[in-house]
Amino acid sequence: MSSFMSQWVYTDVVKDHFMNPRNLWNEKEEFNPDGVGEVGSLACGDQMRVGIKVKDDKISDLRWLTYGCASAIASTSMMSELAIGMTLEEAYHLTPDVITKALGGLPEHKFHCSVLGDKALRAAIDDYLEKNGRENPFKAHTAKIICECKGVTDVQIEELVKSDKVKTFEELQSLTGASTACGKCRAQIKETLDELLHIYGK
Amino acid sequence: MDRIVYLDNNATTQMASEVAQIMRDNESLYGNASSMHSCGRDAASAIEWAREEVAALIDGDKSCVYFTSGASESNNTIFSTFRDLIDDGSKRNRIITTTIEHPSIIEEVKYLKKKGYKIDEAPVDVYGKVKLDVLKSMLGDDVALVSVMWGNNETGTIQDIKEIGRLAHECGAYFHSDATQAIGKIKVSIRDCNVDYLSLSGHKFYGPKGIGVLYVAKNAPITPFVHGGHQEKGYRAGTYNTLNIIGLGEAAKLAREGLQEEHDKLLALRERLRKGIEERIDHVVINGHPTDFLPGTLNVSFPNAEGESILLYLDMEGIEVSTGSACATGSLEPSYVLLASGLDVELAHGSIRFSLGRYNTVEDVDYTLEKLPSIIEKVRRMSTRKEFK
Repeated sequence: MSSFMSQWVYTDVVKDHFMNPRNLWNEKEEFNPDGVGEVGSLACGDQMRVGIKVKDDKISDLRWLTYGCASAIASTSMMSELAIGMTLEEAYHLTPDVITKALGGLPEHKFHCSVLGDKALRAAIDDYLEKNGRENPFKAHTAKIICECKGVTDVQIEELVKSDKVKTFEELQSLTGASTACGKCRAQIKETLDELLHIYGK
Repeated sequence: MDRIVYLDNNATTQMASEVAQIMRDNESLYGNASSMHSCGRDAASAIEWAREEVAALIDGDKSCVYFTSGASESNNTIFSTFRDLIDDGSKRNRIITTTIEHPSIIEEVKYLKKKGYKIDEAPVDVYGKVKLDVLKSMLGDDVALVSVMWGNNETGTIQDIKEIGRLAHECGAYFHSDATQAIGKIKVSIRDCNVDYLSLSGHKFYGPKGIGVLYVAKNAPITPFVHGGHQEKGYRAGTYNTLNIIGLGEAAKLAREGLQEEHDKLLALRERLRKGIEERIDHVVINGHPTDFLPGTLNVSFPNAEGESILLYLDMEGIEVSTGSACATGSLEPSYVLLASGLDVELAHGSIRFSLGRYNTVEDVDYTLEKLPSIIEKVRRMSTRKEFK
């Protein structure tokens, strides 16, 4: 027998959520969500669907489904536990960092697998607000400027990707002027765009 | 965890106890095989025995066997040799390979292309077989080398090596085959198959890791990849890895003596597993060629289920497999081999490779068949997609 014993690929918390996912969307259950969000695609290897119930502007319940790897399953399961009970505003600002920390960390190359859960949650909140004809007061707060020269934010790029207006870096440049002045943000803009294209399955 | 069922023998194999034993028995052979004293000569004679065993396994000539650190090095040596020939002004300046080679060729090709070398990749059909008509149309008097793997590590599909070798020679090119996965599973014969170069690796057939062979036919050009001492006639420098070479020799002997028996056993286990999966689980897709496949390899796609999740749920039950899912490759792309065969991206993400080996039993297969259906059901229940295409 070898005296070398390995740890499992992920932390014990990840393992627990992977083996026993919380708040899974069971088809037989009548859930009737107030808002539904879906991001990713099967072609990209991960897709997430989140349904929320809202009461007094709080997430009163949540269900999810995923086509994804162990990191995606565990982070969405953890997200569901964190989000239930949160106000819509708190839930809207739930970040992958918070989810990953609660999981006790993820391997670096697995971090991108954890970004779909909160994105799907935001999409569900967007859907809920839209269905109720309400303005979305949370969006502006989450925006982060990436291109300082032209004031282009991640939210702006996300909207363009979601609405199929942008598929390439060049298209983004001509539409927003991003990275056309000093060019220092070029790599970050490209990275953000690639990630969003992946997330939305474009 | 009580039970380990290792079904990842295409990744690597457990060293045979006979191999471990012969390495232990020869622990005292510490001499440098290049030294003239008796300590060195003893090591050298053990190495020559191993060389003969390897030559016998592949129906080749002993003097054509060069020891390397493994098939990756062997493959790199071949491409490096032809790069040298092209640099030196060879009139033949094109290389033909395929879209489904091992990464040690795929990445080498990418690198060389970036440097400006002319390399074309022949496509494969839905079963992963090289399209011979397309390959033929790529050949010409400017082609220096054709390199096509014998059997594929992911799908198990076996290429028409003899015919491809004939076509390569017909146009005056040299022919290389990476036979790493085929060795020990099916008959690999240098004499029968028009092969000038062949790569193999010890750890894929129950030998030690870190040792392999490059076979170079007489009169086929070769230039050193590792420069240094005069080992291997100056074509591969570095002090001989005596114990690993002895282990490789023993593995070659075992593979040659037990070839037919092993082939039949692996095939029977693989077919039991395939039939069992098809009976117990709906909507499965078997990848690779329906008849020309390596006997122990079974690649299956489970639509609407993601591969890494399946792999890790199986791991929880002690069943060890591999997947073509992007999540396991470390990139955002799933298996390039499956995509090259035209497999739907989603099916590639949901693919699992079971690779059976010498030490697997009927009980291993039955245990897997007992655990797998509920795992697939669980992953599918979680999935965003419920309907099947």
